[in-house]
Amino acid sequence: SEPVSFVLPPQNYPLYIRSIPTENELKFHYTVHTSLDVVDEKISAMGKALVDQRELYLGLLYPTEDYKVYGYVTNSKVKFVMVVDSSNTALRDNEIRSMFRKLHNSYTDIMCNPFYNPGDRIQSRAFDNMVNSMMMQVC
Amino acid sequence: VLFQIMELCGATRLGYFGRSQFYIALKLVAVAQSGLPLRVESLNTVKDLPLPRFVVSKNEQESRHTALYSSDADNPASYSGVIPPPPGRIQVKKGSVSHDAVQQRTSADQQESTSPVVSPQQSPPTSPHTWRKHNRHPSGGNNERPLAGPGPFWAPFSEAQPGSSTSSDPIWSGHSPPPHQENWVSFADTPPTSALLAMHPASVQDQTTVRTVASATTTNEIRRQSSSYDDPWKITDEQRQYYVNQFKTIQPDLNGFIPGSAAKEFFTKSKLPILELSHIWELSDFDKDGALTLDEFCAAFHLVVARKNGYDLPEKLPESLMPKLIDLEDSTEVGEQTGEVGYSSSPAEAPPSKSPSMPSLNQTWPELNQSSEQWETFSERSSSSQTLTQFDSNIAPADPDTAIVHPVPIRMTPSKIHMQEMELKRTGSDHANPTSPLLVKPPDLPEENKMSSSVKFTSGNTVTDGYSSSDSYTSDPEQIGSTVTRQRSHSGTSPDNTAPPPPPPRPQPSHSRSSSLDMNRSFSVTPGQQQAGVVAYPPAVPPRPQPSQGAGPHVHRPVDAEGLIAHTSTSPQQIPEQPNFADFSQFEAFAVSGVKKEEEDEIETHSEVLQVEKPSDSASSLRAAKADGRVEDKAPANIPTSAGKGTTPLAPPPKPIRRRLKSEDELRPEAEEHTQKTGVIAAVLASQPSIPRSVGKDKKAIQASIRRNKETNTVLARLNSELQQQLKDVLEERISLEVQLEQLRPFSHL
Repeated sequence: SEPVSFVLPPQNYPLYIRSIPTENELKFHYTVHTSLDVVDEKISAMGKALVDQRELYLGLLYPTEDYKVYGYVTNSKVKFVMVVDSSNTALRDNEIRSMFRKLHNSYTDIMCNPFYNPGDRIQSRAFDNMVNSMMMQVC
Repeated sequence: VLFQIMELCGATRLGYFGRSQFYIALKLVAVAQSGLPLRVESLNTVKDLPLPRFVVSKNEQESRHTALYSSDADNPASYSGVIPPPPGRIQVKKGSVSHDAVQQRTSADQQESTSPVVSPQQSPPTSPHTWRKHNRHPSGGNNERPLAGPGPFWAPFSEAQPGSSTSSDPIWSGHSPPPHQENWVSFADTPPTSALLAMHPASVQDQTTVRTVASATTTNEIRRQSSSYDDPWKITDEQRQYYVNQFKTIQPDLNGFIPGSAAKEFFTKSKLPILELSHIWELSDFDKDGALTLDEFCAAFHLVVARKNGYDLPEKLPESLMPKLIDLEDSTEVGEQTGEVGYSSSPAEAPPSKSPSMPSLNQTWPELNQSSEQWETFSERSSSSQTLTQFDSNIAPADPDTAIVHPVPIRMTPSKIHMQEMELKRTGSDHANPTSPLLVKPPDLPEENKMSSSVKFTSGNTVTDGYSSSDSYTSDPEQIGSTVTRQRSHSGTSPDNTAPPPPPPRPQPSHSRSSSLDMNRSFSVTPGQQQAGVVAYPPAVPPRPQPSQGAGPHVHRPVDAEGLIAHTSTSPQQIPEQPNFADFSQFEAFAVSGVKKEEEDEIETHSEVLQVEKPSDSASSLRAAKADGRVEDKAPANIPTSAGKGTTPLAPPPKPIRRRLKSEDELRPEAEEHTQKTGVIAAVLASQPSIPRSVGKDKKAIQASIRRNKETNTVLARLNSELQQQLKDVLEERISLEVQLEQLRPFSHL
């Protein structure tokens, strides 16, 4: 299934998981976790250039499956991870970037909500709608 | 009836008029007013019962008052008598009540008084107010005062009032400390009449404001009811007043913001689950700034009220709650009020607000009116601010989307090819197809428009997709100038974008570029032809663009443009020989409509370069043939323009350029095209309707556009090369990855 979106805070537990369709979720969860290592690696590698807004993570191609994992990290070390099918070649880098940007914007909107405590699971309907529409677009 | 009501709501519930009972009572009153039999079921079944109308019948108001009061005082009997009180008495009574001037009332009271003013209930304008005061005033004496005035009818009220007031007194005192529910209850007792009277959010508001928390809940509930009747999310005046009052308690400046933390505390008091509050926040914080303006606050408050009353939160903000929409209508309250929204919000806020408002109670109506006016003004202001903020927020999201520039260059190549094809196919067939889009040139609208038309025919559409700047070119297809510009753009691009024809420069340059890149390879002839055609159109302008267009090589694009232009200019002179270009006639027609004078001038200049621009001519002739008359018009326009501006000097430059182009375009049936073009051009020139004013402008525009086109051309070429480089890199990566994959494959199954 594709795509799958994860939002993870610095502590690397997921704040938000959404996949379409919702099958083989565990596999994607596992994939995301494994990719977290690479994400962390890249973060530490960036060093001074911390403000690099987007990080395109195209490299992880699971040998059997064929999907790509994209990563994006914000300034506050919140990670967005997206898993998409490799067969979905229509997805271009720019589109991924725009999707991450949308994710980021929605995430900041959530943050603005005083009733949201950072670290809570994201239960915002607006965020859900945004993610759903985004993923529908891709599928 | 009242008895029944009281029994129904009182009997069903506790012995006192709790909030829920109050609401039930209200609803029953509404039911009774509607003529429906009073039953407990009716409460639930008739959800959309019209709010008990006070305006309609004061009697009912009074009866309600009495009912409430009676229930409060547990003197039902005494109140039965007041059921049919004369309206006047009510007013009188209310007036007297107002005299009570319970100073302690918070400003909310004022507002409540105000709200009655604005409420549709003009008849008893003071009633809510008075009631409020009455209620607020702890002293029973005050209550009695008004009663004394009225006739016997009021007597029962006074009885009730003292009773209620007394009951309320202790409640009042215990206002803060005691549980909110109690306060609410007592409050409900005291101002039940007022609540009944108003049945407006206002009255409710008054009560709530008085009672702070309790009143808030009551108000909320009533508000909810009222709002849910016609438009579930409409905010009535009274409600709004109340909200504004509450806003003031948090943030005295009505134009200011309530920070998120404060708002959080405030709304947490409503005891809604955090998740729902979070959702409410999402809905109401329109500008997503983490703070609530008055409008946002009112919307949030309204949603809280609704939620507490059992209404589900909408998925998105209802229109009536949009920050810029402030609904000032009178709400029709739904009779049903079953929720017991223990809205314990801001009890602390209430007391302080109460005190200030109390003194103001005594103020006259004008004051209240003023405040309402101010409030309305504020709402307008806030609306505008909201509008602004919303506008800003609308802008913001758009920005990131437009930031992507990559796609533009990426598409250039394919689009160029496409453009070329299109050009080949339809020289000038599509005037409305500014090739300029391809060029992604800075929109030079005024002139480019002219050019765009010419460019368009060169498959501008497809190319434009790739070019963000193509927009400018798409605009103006139909003018003579456009044709001219188009050609100019063509010429502009080819000759190193030196003379980017104004509007069409883009399309043309792109066209030329594509032609330079691809046309040479694949459509050496056709594009050239097309270009030639295009060039032919604006004989005046395109001395430069024409050459570029005519020539296949992008290098010579500007030259082509010029050549094309010259070509076109010359072509008319030469009279087309090839009959195959049906468009040629179109071209002629177009030319006819075009600039005549310019054509003539152009023709002169072009004639010089005509020979040189054989290839370009062919291209332009092709293009001209295909292009609609527009191109021709353009050509004429160009011609006159150039002529007018002394484009003669241009002619020589195009000439050499055309020569170059010519050599490159040798493949094409230049002769034919040329002839055609010349024919077209001649036609154009011949028929060119003078384009006086455009002459001077055109020239400059053409030159500017040519320059632009050239620049764009170079930029695009650079981008192209970069992208190619990237592509190579990516391919290499891919190869390496595949290799790795192969290596890993045997291990994956372990």
